[in-house]
Amino acid sequence: MLPDVLKDHAVAAALEAALPDAITAGHAERNEPTLWIEPARILEVCRYLKDQEKFVRLSGITAVDWLPADPRFEVVYLLHSLARNQRLRLKCWIAEAEPEIDSVTGVWRTADWYEREVFDMFGVRFRNHPDLTRILMPSDWEGHPLRKDYPVHGHKYSYQDE
Amino acid sequence: MRESTLHTDSITASDATHETVDQISAPSTSKRMILNMGPQHPSTHGVLRIVLELDGETILKAVPDIGFLHTGIEKECEVKTWQQVVTLTDRVDYLSNLSNNLVYALSVEKLIGDIEIPAKAQWMRVMLVEFQRLNSHLVWLGTHALDIGAMTVFFYCFREREDILRIFEMFSGQRMMTSYIRIGGLALEPPRGWQQAVGKFISAFPSKVDEYENLLNSNPIWKIRTQGVGFVPLEDLLDLGVTGPMIRAAGMKWDVRKDEPYSSYDQFDFEIPVHKENDVFARYRVRLEEMRQSARIIKQALEGMPEGAWQASAPKIVLPEREKMKTQMEALIYHFKIVTEGFRVPAGEAYQAVESPRGEIAYYIVSNGTSKPYRVFMRTPSFGNLQALAPLLEGRLLADSIASLGSMDFVLGDVDR
Repeated sequence: MLPDVLKDHAVAAALEAALPDAITAGHAERNEPTLWIEPARILEVCRYLKDQEKFVRLSGITAVDWLPADPRFEVVYLLHSLARNQRLRLKCWIAEAEPEIDSVTGVWRTADWYEREVFDMFGVRFRNHPDLTRILMPSDWEGHPLRKDYPVHGHKYSYQDE
Repeated sequence: MRESTLHTDSITASDATHETVDQISAPSTSKRMILNMGPQHPSTHGVLRIVLELDGETILKAVPDIGFLHTGIEKECEVKTWQQVVTLTDRVDYLSNLSNNLVYALSVEKLIGDIEIPAKAQWMRVMLVEFQRLNSHLVWLGTHALDIGAMTVFFYCFREREDILRIFEMFSGQRMMTSYIRIGGLALEPPRGWQQAVGKFISAFPSKVDEYENLLNSNPIWKIRTQGVGFVPLEDLLDLGVTGPMIRAAGMKWDVRKDEPYSSYDQFDFEIPVHKENDVFARYRVRLEEMRQSARIIKQALEGMPEGAWQASAPKIVLPEREKMKTQMEALIYHFKIVTEGFRVPAGEAYQAVESPRGEIAYYIVSNGTSKPYRVFMRTPSFGNLQALAPLLEGRLLADSIASLGSMDFVLGDVDR
């Protein structure tokens, strides 16, 4: 369902026509078109955007933790088309109970490390990722540091007098 | 505490498409050898660990292992006020501090919305960011040449860098972590006499670049070590997330300063150097010409610097001048509120990309209307560039890997944050 404010946006309209109801919401505040995508359809949306709409570059993938909201995590995909000189932002809501979404490494190889970072920092799993392991934290670390319920200075080492 | 176990009892090496660092192995009877390059190594330009599987001098497999410099900067940003985060951003890419400051300031100004940065502040930002580009490229050239064996270049580059660091010190009191670009403008008023210092440097600089080229461009050893080395096709580079001079050395003319101009870059006259050979030598040529173009921009900024305020007129956001704060009650109250509680930024999200010396750096900032950022995602160029490490190194000689790593110009602070 394409929101009215994006009806004139060529890419959003084309995406809605090709893959109806993949877009659940959207806005274009500050001239930055943003689309919320149904998580189950993110892979086909990304494939379409790369192959048909020339969004050849993936700038990055990250996530935002909206605790205590449910769904809790918002996975953000930052797309860039050099040919059109346009950027696009896709977002997917992921619930904490089942924090899984398809990996887009098959579409852009650069998604590899970004998805590993989101897994490392937030605990969101990416299905069919070639190697979903921690990338920044040590491989035996417990917990996901960028979650809002994770203490700022970590839980492992304490220098306070306790 | 990191534990890396390299099992030596089973063959799992080249048949798998992707392996974790802890699982690369080779039987003890094969002539293949597993070597650790780093995390302490002079040529990895930081704490980068690359697990190499070697067959003699040829690299069969290279798996980078990052995270040694991870200091949780993104998490730290969520507990500091918007103003305090500026000092954190300096330290992400510690060789191009002002670029990081600029991208953060621009993103937050985008979120705030109705804040107008005066022309003088914008031009000063451009001038200082181009100085930072010179700074970063000088370090890159010096260390890259040093890795390959040309020690003289290192000394020459750092001689120029010393002058630039003195200029930074003149502006902000700090040589490196200047935090000089703040939300709303600059941190301090530009010092008296800056025009002379900048003018003196910029009139001498182009001949210095000639000196570097004299040392290296026709140097047969340099050419043998760098020409034809480190080729990865352009489509693969883009797909792997590489940005910056590596893309421009592969034939594509893409620079954020020209394609999505920010901070009045569209008022400056400069070229984007592009080469097609896509090897280490081409990347060297691209960066050297970028240095010349940066000098050109600085000269234009110096000659055409507009008069006026050096920070926006937004008393709720920008700190008042020191003298006013000491004598006027209103200014004192504003100062107190900004420093203790911080100012509020409207809820929303913003994404701003800037051309750092390494490539596209962009901050994706989410605000929930309070005086602290809700989420700051730093899309750093080195994190993307480093993903091209495997195709760049595999199948080539170990000695070539040193040249290739240097040509990537990554900084581990950028990669790990």
